[in-house]
Amino acid sequence: MKPLIKTEGLYRYYGDHCAVRDLSFELYPGEVLGLLGPNGAGKSSTLRMIAGNLAPSAGRVWLDGVDLQSNPIEAKRALGYLPENPPLYPELTVDEYLHYCARLHCVTRDLLAVAVSDAKARCGLDDVGQRLIGNLSKGYQQRVGIAQAIVHNPKVVILDEPTVGLDPIQIREIRSLISDLGSERGVVLSTHILPEVQATCSRVLILHHGEQAYASSLQHEYSSLSRCFLIRLAQPPALEAIHALPGIGHVDQLGQGHYRLCLADEVECSANKLIEQLVQTDWGLEEFVPEQQGLEQIFVRITAGEQNIS
Amino acid sequence: MILTIAGRELRSLFFSPLAWSLLAVMQFILAWLFLVQMESFTRIQPRLAGLDDAPGLTDLIVVPLFGNVAIISLLLIPLLSMRLISEELRSGTFSLLLSAPVSATRIILGKYLGLLGMLATILFISTVMALSLLAGGELDLGRLAAGLLGLGLVLAASAAIGLYISTVSDQPAVTAVASYGLLLFLWLINMAAGAEGKGSLLFAWIAMPTHFDRLLSGLVRSSDLIYFILCIGLCLIFAVRRLDSLRTRP
Repeated sequence: MKPLIKTEGLYRYYGDHCAVRDLSFELYPGEVLGLLGPNGAGKSSTLRMIAGNLAPSAGRVWLDGVDLQSNPIEAKRALGYLPENPPLYPELTVDEYLHYCARLHCVTRDLLAVAVSDAKARCGLDDVGQRLIGNLSKGYQQRVGIAQAIVHNPKVVILDEPTVGLDPIQIREIRSLISDLGSERGVVLSTHILPEVQATCSRVLILHHGEQAYASSLQHEYSSLSRCFLIRLAQPPALEAIHALPGIGHVDQLGQGHYRLCLADEVECSANKLIEQLVQTDWGLEEFVPEQQGLEQIFVRITAGEQNIS
Repeated sequence: MILTIAGRELRSLFFSPLAWSLLAVMQFILAWLFLVQMESFTRIQPRLAGLDDAPGLTDLIVVPLFGNVAIISLLLIPLLSMRLISEELRSGTFSLLLSAPVSATRIILGKYLGLLGMLATILFISTVMALSLLAGGELDLGRLAAGLLGLGLVLAASAAIGLYISTVSDQPAVTAVASYGLLLFLWLINMAAGAEGKGSLLFAWIAMPTHFDRLLSGLVRSSDLIYFILCIGLCLIFAVRRLDSLRTRP
């Protein structure tokens, strides 16, 4: 399959400061890639380079197989980009603005009205079409920015901190919109909000000092790590009784009915089998949580200086 | 695509108070100057009647009016042109154009056309003012047309210069001051032309009034037209090159 985004050895210097160092990754259709990193990690610079807003000091970018440096106009046909500050004209109404954006991205006149109303519907802007952008709240302006990025139905959507300034309900809506977009095309988003990555992304790339410090698909993350479970029992039995359950490799008593169970490596035993067994006992299972090595722990460890965990 | 960009530019201008306030101020000052010219014309009219080849309304009112429009526009154009690129670079809205499949040439031409649209209203206002004289007198329409062509070319050339300077920096105030300075310089450089020597000929040729004055006096020479077209073309090419380097050079 042809990657929607391919970068090779991207570098960006601001004077002597190196903001992005040797970054290479690929994005395939149906993926949502989360760029995660502390402030100043190079997330926005990376996205700006992919979106053709910033020239890389070295390295190359292909969008949908087209080289962004040598053939920018063709490459940008596949692109929808929401920068850190949404590029809005406060003196236009939402409808006028989205029409303009659609025309800029070569949407033909007969499809214009459909494209605009579709983008408005997806971003929850149906009621504000006639209002001036300058009079909208920050959250609505952010939504207009997202609508602008998807109005021409691009194959690649790049969103720089898409949920900044939104209220919790809007955040949920936008996250589901992003997952939606990711099902048909490729989405790259940057954020420093960890749950956002967990909620929306299929893959994560953690940047630190402009370098790729960690990359992983999130599904893989959970399946590999959820061989340990935290449980709580109302009538805790003796430790040996739990240990005697088939497939259990290791049990820790955490006190007050809390236990940490780890599955034995060699045994084929899944979480639901374990739950079945626990329910059949009379220990009174009250809680069953897969223990994840949360992204947060990885993030903190990376940004605190440990580099080589992946 | 060019028209889309130009249309957005014009729309934004006329939806914001800036265009209206500029036009209002301009109209007020022009009306005042127009009145003053009228006043002086009516005062000297009886004496003119006795002369054989007396200057008419066109000489005494329309030509100074167009001269005034050109000078006032000199002050206004940097304010309008700084918005085109510089202010968009500063506010971040320019990334909309940078990430769209649009070439630098089209961006520049679109922006330029948008600004020309605004300047066309200024041209329209001054023409209507001049033509209003027809209500009570006669005008040399040929000369009026030549003057109008000259004024249009001066405005278009100044707009092109302002647009180029607007691509140079993302500080709108800096670009406004710079284009104001450059325009004023082009307006005043022929002061040196009073001196003898080949250099002064060059200065006289570079100066905008040299060419504008000839057009105002009703003399349409292709060398003057070439001067303006050259000025517009060069500035637009520079602007496109500059924009390209903004996108491609690290």
